[in-house]
Amino acid sequence: MRFMFKTDYEDDIKLFPHSGYIVTYGVLLALLLIAPHVLSSYLMSQLVFVCIYAIVGVALLILTGFTGQASLGHAAFLAIGAYTAAYLQKYNVPFPVYFLAAGLLTGIIGAMVGFPALRLTGIYLVIATISFALIVEEILARWESVTHGNEGMRVKALSLLGVTVPRDSPTFYYLCLAVLVLTIVGTLNLLRSPTGRAFVAIRDSETAARSMGVNVALYKVKSFAISAAITGFAGVLFAHKLSFISPEMFTLQLSIEFIIVILIGGTFSLHGAVLGAIFIVMIDPFLTYLKDDMPGIIAGIAAAFGAGTTTAGNIQANVAAFASLNGLKGAIYGIIIVLFVLFEPLGLYGRWLKIKLFFQLFPLYKRATFKRQKIYVKSERNR
Amino acid sequence: MSYFRAENLSLHFGGLKAVDAVSFAVEKGEILSIIGPNGAGKSSIFNLISRIYRPTSGRIFFEDQDITEEAPYDIAKLGIARTFQNIELFENATVLSNLLVGRHRHSTTQLWQELLFLPSVRANEKVHRRRVEQVIEFLDLEPYRDKLISGLPYGVRKVIELARALCSEPKLILLDEPSSGLNVEETDDMSFWIRDLKNELGVTVLMVEHDMSLVNRVSDRVIALNYGRVLAMGSPAEVQQHPDVVAAYLGA
Repeated sequence: MRFMFKTDYEDDIKLFPHSGYIVTYGVLLALLLIAPHVLSSYLMSQLVFVCIYAIVGVALLILTGFTGQASLGHAAFLAIGAYTAAYLQKYNVPFPVYFLAAGLLTGIIGAMVGFPALRLTGIYLVIATISFALIVEEILARWESVTHGNEGMRVKALSLLGVTVPRDSPTFYYLCLAVLVLTIVGTLNLLRSPTGRAFVAIRDSETAARSMGVNVALYKVKSFAISAAITGFAGVLFAHKLSFISPEMFTLQLSIEFIIVILIGGTFSLHGAVLGAIFIVMIDPFLTYLKDDMPGIIAGIAAAFGAGTTTAGNIQANVAAFASLNGLKGAIYGIIIVLFVLFEPLGLYGRWLKIKLFFQLFPLYKRATFKRQKIYVKSERNR
Repeated sequence: MSYFRAENLSLHFGGLKAVDAVSFAVEKGEILSIIGPNGAGKSSIFNLISRIYRPTSGRIFFEDQDITEEAPYDIAKLGIARTFQNIELFENATVLSNLLVGRHRHSTTQLWQELLFLPSVRANEKVHRRRVEQVIEFLDLEPYRDKLISGLPYGVRKVIELARALCSEPKLILLDEPSSGLNVEETDDMSFWIRDLKNELGVTVLMVEHDMSLVNRVSDRVIALNYGRVLAMGSPAEVQQHPDVVAAYLGA
C-alpha cells in the first residue's frame, strides 16, 4: 500500500496524484492508440460507440452525478447536436465550425431547459426532461423543411482540413477518442475548481450552498448548459458514425441507456461513465449472441439430461420464441438497473475500488468495510 | 448607527406570528445571544436574516445598507455567514471541499478559465487552500481533511460547519445552536472558540443558544424572545432575572 506524504497544496490539485497514475493512464492511452492496428473492424466500430457513449456519460455525470439534477432528456440533446451537424453540412459548412455550432446551440437549449427545471426536483424533474425529449422528438418528425421528418437525413463523411475521414477509419476513431479525452480533462478541471464544488454543494444541500454564497439557480443552469453542450458534441460524432439519422433513433430508450451508463458505471467518478459505456455498448452483441445461440445450447443441455429429440426440439423452439420477444431488451435493462441499485449502488467503478482495496489490505480486509449505513432521507426542509 | 440592525421584523405564517415586530441591534465586535423557549422564533429570525424566509414586514440593515431585499446568495457575499441547527453539510464530499465551498464568495475565476485550469485558477486555488488551512488550524481539524462528511461523528460535523462559515471570512457570523448535541467537553471547546472568534478574528457573533452556561460564558448581551416578541434585552444576568423571562421558562 502506498502512503502519500503531501508537502504542497499542489499535491491536492494535481490530476495525477502520483507516478503510478501516469504509468497506468499512459499504458491505457498507448493501448487505445494502437487499437486500430490490432482489433477487428467490428470491435473498432464498437470502440467508437464506447467513446461516444462515454462522452454523453461524462455530460450526464456532470448534471446528475455531481449537480444532482436527474435527466431523462439527453437523447434529445444528442439529437439536437446530430441534426445541427447534418443541417449545416448541407450548406458545406466546414467540420470544426458545425462541430462548435452544434455544441453551442445544444448548450443554449440546455440552459433554456434548465430555467423551468429550477423549481423542480427529483421525480418531477425527470418528468419535465422526459417531456422535453418527447417534444424534441416530435419536432424532429414534423419540421420537415429542416429535418426531413421521418425520412431522416443522410450525413456525409466528415472532412477535416480537406481530408475525408470515413466513419470506419482509424482517424475517425482517433477524433472520437480525442474529444472524449478533452471532455474528461475539462470536466476534471471543472470539478477541482469553484464551479465544480458549487455543483457538488447544490447536490448535497441547496440551503447550505445558498447560505455560502452559491447562486443556486445560476449554477443549475450552468450545469444544464455544460452537460447539454458536451452531449451536443457527442451528437455530431454520433451522426457521422451512423451516417444516417432519423427521429426514431433518439427515443426515450436512448435516454434510459445513458442513465444506465452512469448508474452501472458509478455516479461518483468519471471512471463510471467510461465503464458504463463499455458495458452498454457490449451488452448488445452479447444479447444478440444469446438470442442466436442460447436456444441451441439449452436444447443441448436438455438432450444431455436425457430429453428426447422432440422434447429438445420443443425446448429449442420455445426458448427461441422467448428470446425474440419484443421488448425483451427493455426488460433486461430494467432488471440490470434494479439489480445494480440494490446490490451495487456505487456501480462498476465502486466494485473495482473495493477489489483494489481488498488486495491493498490483503489479509486485513474486513467484510464490513463497505457495509452501508442505514441512511434516512433528510426531510426536505426549507423548500 | 449600529453595525447590524433589525427593525420591526415580522414573519407571519397565516395567523401565526412566528416573529412579531422584533427590533434589535448588534454592535461591531460583540457576541449577542438570542434565547427563548421552543418556538419562540429564534431560528426564524436567522432564516429571515439569511433570506431563506421573506419577512412579512420590517427591515434589516447591515453596515448601514438595507439588505432586506438582497438575494439569499448575496447575503454571504456581504460577509454574513451562518451555521444550521440541524447540520447542513455536503455529505458526500470531503471536509476539505466542504470548507472550500465556504470560500465560494471569494472566487473570481470564470467558467472557461476553470475548464482549461489556467495558471490564474491554480494560483487562486492555492490562495483559497491557504485560507482554509488557517481555519483548519484554528479549529484543530487537521485529522479530518480528507475524510468524507458522511463518516464523521456529530461533534466533529458541528465544528466543520463553524469552520465552513469561517472560511468565507465573515464579518458577522450567525450561529444556530452551536452546542446542541455536543457533550460537556465539546461545549467547552466551542465556548473558547466563540470567544476567540471575537477576540482573535474580530468577527461579530449573533448566536441562538439553549445552553445557559454557554450563553453566560460568552455573551456580551442577551435577547430573550417568546412567541415571536422580545421579552428582555441586556446583560446575561439581567435578562435571566427579568420576571417575564422567568415566567416564560418556568410558567407564571
